[in-house]
Amino acid sequence: MITEVGHFALVLALMVAGVQAVVPIVGAHRGNAAWMAVGRTSALTQFVLVSIAFAALIHAFMTSDFSVLNVVRNSHSDKPMFYKISGVWGNHEGSMLLWCLILAIFGGAVALFGRNLPPTLRARVLGIQALISIGFLGFVLLTSNPFDRLIPAPENGQGLNPLLQDPGLALHPPFLYLGYVGFSIAFSFAMAALIEGRVDAAWARWVRPWTLAAWGFLTVGIALGSWWAYYELGWGGWWYWDPVENASFLPWLAGTALLHSAIVVEKRNALKGWTIFLAIVAFAMSLLGTFLVRSGVLTSVHAFATDPERGVFILVLLMVYIGGAFVLFAVRGPALKAGSLFRPVSREGSLLLNNLLMTTGAGVMVLGTLYPLFLDALGGGKVSVGPPFFNAAFVPIMIPMVLVMALGPFMSWKRGEALATCKRLWPALALAVATMAGVGAVMGAGSPLALFGLGLAAWLFGGSCLELFQRIKLFHAPFSESLGRLARVPRATWGMTMAHIGLAVFIVGAVGSSTWMVESIQVMKTGDTVTVAGFDYTFHGARTFRGPNYEATEGTFTVTRGGEEVVTLKPEKRIYPVQGRPTTEAAIHTMVLGDLYAVIGDEDKGGGYVTRLYFNPVVAWLWLGSALLVLGSLASLSDRRHRVGAPVRKAQAEQAS
Amino acid sequence: MKTLLVTLLMALTALPVLAVEPSEMLKDPAKEARAREVSIALRCVVCQNQSIDDSNAQLARDMRILVRERIEAGDSNQEVLDYMVSRYGDFVLLEPPVKGTTYALWFGPLVIVGLGVVAVVAFYRRRLRAVAAGGGGTQAASVPLSDDEEKRLAALMEDAES
Repeated sequence: MITEVGHFALVLALMVAGVQAVVPIVGAHRGNAAWMAVGRTSALTQFVLVSIAFAALIHAFMTSDFSVLNVVRNSHSDKPMFYKISGVWGNHEGSMLLWCLILAIFGGAVALFGRNLPPTLRARVLGIQALISIGFLGFVLLTSNPFDRLIPAPENGQGLNPLLQDPGLALHPPFLYLGYVGFSIAFSFAMAALIEGRVDAAWARWVRPWTLAAWGFLTVGIALGSWWAYYELGWGGWWYWDPVENASFLPWLAGTALLHSAIVVEKRNALKGWTIFLAIVAFAMSLLGTFLVRSGVLTSVHAFATDPERGVFILVLLMVYIGGAFVLFAVRGPALKAGSLFRPVSREGSLLLNNLLMTTGAGVMVLGTLYPLFLDALGGGKVSVGPPFFNAAFVPIMIPMVLVMALGPFMSWKRGEALATCKRLWPALALAVATMAGVGAVMGAGSPLALFGLGLAAWLFGGSCLELFQRIKLFHAPFSESLGRLARVPRATWGMTMAHIGLAVFIVGAVGSSTWMVESIQVMKTGDTVTVAGFDYTFHGARTFRGPNYEATEGTFTVTRGGEEVVTLKPEKRIYPVQGRPTTEAAIHTMVLGDLYAVIGDEDKGGGYVTRLYFNPVVAWLWLGSALLVLGSLASLSDRRHRVGAPVRKAQAEQAS
Repeated sequence: MKTLLVTLLMALTALPVLAVEPSEMLKDPAKEARAREVSIALRCVVCQNQSIDDSNAQLARDMRILVRERIEAGDSNQEVLDYMVSRYGDFVLLEPPVKGTTYALWFGPLVIVGLGVVAVVAFYRRRLRAVAAGGGGTQAASVPLSDDEEKRLAALMEDAES
């Protein structure tokens, strides 16, 4: 019964979206306030209805209702409750419903918090959000209905893929989708602005918080996925340039570019057309990612061709939305052209360079990710485009970006001085050289590229710190004055500083972990000791035990260094009988300079166990850097300038006093 | 549909990685290191984008053993790669070869970067010309703000300054 309520609510939501897509836009066109107000009510109604549908599906999973086909395929009564719930989005149908829910949440948020938007803009934004909702609600109802029944109901379900039964991967899809779908708001704002024929500083200020929020969520989502790959896949890798990973990275690149170009619109009233274009591209990349992951096209073009219903549906949505957006852009974009001037060497110029590099980077990744599909579809044979291509094509584009990232914030608007800026950055250059020399002395000069990468990170870190020092006049004014200035630094500026330093920290992690990893694979018997990167791992045997829905073999290692005990590691290998599939649960001890990482494998005939022991250098820096990126977006988001409802609240306070 | 399921099954069973087993490894550490280097460049042809070095699919194991046999037989790294290509085709190489069908892939990035640079240069030049023509930083083409909107904008900007 509850399942049918959910199904019904979803159909109703589609109807409401239909109303929301037409009435407010027509109302805005005719200047009819009552019609425009429909946008707000219907967006909130749609949010409530999709929430009911989603809650009904969660209910079916929690109660293990095996008369629902989706529950049968993706759940099992023995599963812990946490994974019963995360199983809701651990499958195609449920995850698309989550997509729709998040779309409705964002639409509802604009309706609720967008009170200070001009009524016509709000009406149009909500109307366009509803057009997107129609497509995806239709997709769920027509091709991917999670509420389909299975009569007679089987006694138990087929369980969830054990790899997905993990906290990191349980939370990864919701964050990723919050990011993907969050860019739909920037898209809707861009479309609404094109219809209105106006893009100005106020528009950029309204768009920025939504874009920042989406970007922050997407960063969390990608980092969670990467973290999961690191501890679950069992050999310490964290990025594979897999098409699915690329699909999440593409909107991130476009979104990063959008964030930066929106700054130029807000502060300098320039790059307007370009910012609109980026808003379209960011959402296009989100849709492309959804298409790649959800259509099955990645497994094989032929699999896609034999079962094309879902893939073609999303492809059509992609073409309609993005094609339509570009047509609108082509027709209305030229009207936006005018903007204030700036020189190539200026703050705007450096932000434009960031945009150029981010978008070309994204373009190169689209090329590499889609190339095998196109070549195969055109009958050109099968090729694989793997990490060597992406490292060779993508990394060189990022190097100039990091170089300029340290310079840009020093530049003045409109017209900067390249030479004067470079002179101010000499301490950062010194730090970079010292880092390269220091690391080179310790690790040897065998990997000049890695040393250069660390130098870049030091340059960016130094530049970001110097920018802050200059802002607070450290060493150039009495210390108390500097402290006072520090307290008054706007949060948006803190956001930039944190995010830029975060990237520097991330680069250290990326370079270090991929260059200096130490690995040792062997058979160990109880009492054996193996030395990895100066750490002695002593194996104390393994025991077996039963978890809630799996059987585990757990090995015990004590790790010592120079005779002193460091840690005891207990890696597991699990078998989930329902699926008959093993997973590895690596034991990881995190330290500043590297992770001790142990994996236990199968028992061999002689009574020993296959063990894999790793020293993964500076991996913690990856997660710290990602956390700083997210904190930066939060700090920036908390800046009162970005608070969407702030002016309204201020006005109310004034009235009250 | 059936092929999809089979492919999916193979891809999924390949996921939990317990790749190189000690029993497969060569005694000579130098040769084993070469084997690893070659393995990283080869794709497990039944997996989704995994190298044979980090896949635990049965086929990946067979391919790893084959690589080690060729190395033991005295092949250079390139000869092993060539041998694998002769058996499995270009698909097995994670770094696609530069040839007719991949020119667009390998030179595409240069074209993309080139287009980007041209677009930015054109942008600056157009702006310069606009100034020369006297039409520079105006908003002639856009709709002017109404009084009410001016007020909102001013309130927002004021908020920014404070």
